[in-house]
Amino acid sequence: MSADLTELYQQVILDHNRRPRNRGKLPTANRVAHGDNPSCGDQCSVYLRLDGDRIAEITFDGSGCAISQASASLMTTQLKGKTTADAQKLYDEFHTIVTTGQAPEEISDLGAFAGVHAFPARIKCATLGWHAALNAIKGDPADATTETHKD
Amino acid sequence: MLDVNKIRADFPILHQQVNGHPLVYLDNGATAQKPRRVIDALVHYYERDNSNVHRGLHALSMRATDAYEGARARIAKFINAADPAEVIFTRGTTESINLVAHSWGHAHLKPGDVVLTTEIEHHSNLIPWQQAARASGATLKYVPFLGGDAEGGLDLAALDTLLTPQVKLFAFTHISNTLGTINPAAELCRRARAVGAVTVIDAAQSVGHMPLDVRALGCDFLAFSGHKMCGPTGIGVLYGRRALLDKLAPDETGGGIVVSVTYEGATWKPAPERFEAGTPNVADAIALGAACDYLDSIGRDQIAAHDAVLAQVAMEKLSTLPGIRIIGPRTGAARSGLVSFAFEGVHAHDIVTFADEDGVALRGGHHCNQPLMRKLGLTSTTRASFYLYNTEQEIDALVATLRRTLKFFIG
Repeated sequence: MSADLTELYQQVILDHNRRPRNRGKLPTANRVAHGDNPSCGDQCSVYLRLDGDRIAEITFDGSGCAISQASASLMTTQLKGKTTADAQKLYDEFHTIVTTGQAPEEISDLGAFAGVHAFPARIKCATLGWHAALNAIKGDPADATTETHKD
Repeated sequence: MLDVNKIRADFPILHQQVNGHPLVYLDNGATAQKPRRVIDALVHYYERDNSNVHRGLHALSMRATDAYEGARARIAKFINAADPAEVIFTRGTTESINLVAHSWGHAHLKPGDVVLTTEIEHHSNLIPWQQAARASGATLKYVPFLGGDAEGGLDLAALDTLLTPQVKLFAFTHISNTLGTINPAAELCRRARAVGAVTVIDAAQSVGHMPLDVRALGCDFLAFSGHKMCGPTGIGVLYGRRALLDKLAPDETGGGIVVSVTYEGATWKPAPERFEAGTPNVADAIALGAACDYLDSIGRDQIAAHDAVLAQVAMEKLSTLPGIRIIGPRTGAARSGLVSFAFEGVHAHDIVTFADEDGVALRGGHHCNQPLMRKLGLTSTTRASFYLYNTEQEIDALVATLRRTLKFFIG
């Protein structure tokens, strides 16, 4: 297996793909948004309970490749308890990681996605759940699609 | 039997390494590779004959016109059309089907009419009919497909109830790009004709893979793309029966399609010019003619037999993989040279990424078949699609890379 592929499918990604965290609908959600990647059919719905500007609870549901599912799963563990401003900041950092491969040391498990940058076709997989989450935070009723976002 | 080694020597692109492995190209359902003869036809045209057609009186324009119209006649022969004027050049299958949906649909469809298609169509033979039905007030109905061992075969019993005199048009695929089903196209045309319906065949997956005779099929329209039959991208064909074409208005208008123009209006040339507004794609049309020459020099009956053997071998070898679900017709049913499959717990995109590491090119996704995927209870499949230059050793490479991928994800 090549170094690039080992880097893409890190243990943490495989773990979240096999045992997704916070998966399923959230009955108490007050925000929900859906994301689609029309080029491959991946789907991701994100459910939030916003308490003021704090993400009190967050879950996801959907289907797709290991990268998209693990990314959404890991995202929920990172966003829970954060403010909406923190969420945007984390996404910006995540976007830098998956597009450049450069991960700041203090970024925790999100750094596992640095390998994605070597596979440009897979960047959309990694960011699908994040787009849905940001739309849910904004209360944007439009479905998130990877075709209208840059990545 | 095809001399596959000799054939492979005709395709320059096959002789390369991808990620350190010899390229195993199994994505022919998406696009086929080009033989030297087709590439040479493009180079020759641009180096020697490039000029606009039908307008110039100089030597190059006459050469270009002769080659362009020669390609039309060559393609007419390739599908056994009665007249080269029945061959309209388009950008591909999608544009061909849209041309019928717009021009024919606009002139003929009205509320109360039924447009019939099937549940296994590619989006390009589905959405144009949804749009035509919506614009005209006609109803769109679908021939269901069967499950079980006949999975992907059309429910021909249901066709009896669906084919009523209200059906004005029946559009169906010759070969399903996802399931590999070969539909009984001649029978479908015959039954549609019996109720007076016009027939449209999507031949994108068939025309380069098996002998095809539009008169034996008895279809009214037939659409295909050049690039899936060893020709260039950006060129395709709409075949239409002359009697229908002569009564049809153009969809796109502009230069090259008119007899006379006044400030008040225009009168149309006959087919095919009527449907080819603007400067046509001369170079790619000529190269598509060269692709017809190439495929006929091999023999499409031989190619069909080769495809069928590879599909059979692939299904046998793939079925040894744990947890595999092979999609589409299995024993006995007519099947083309493509095999789609899915694994519980491993997504098609991860499989395609791993296969690419081993130099194996596959397609993973919904194959422009979203409603069909939903009916199959899947979101995506992986597809291996074969052509004249593929070998049984390449199927072994496919199975090896899949085994490695399964071990990684499932253990």
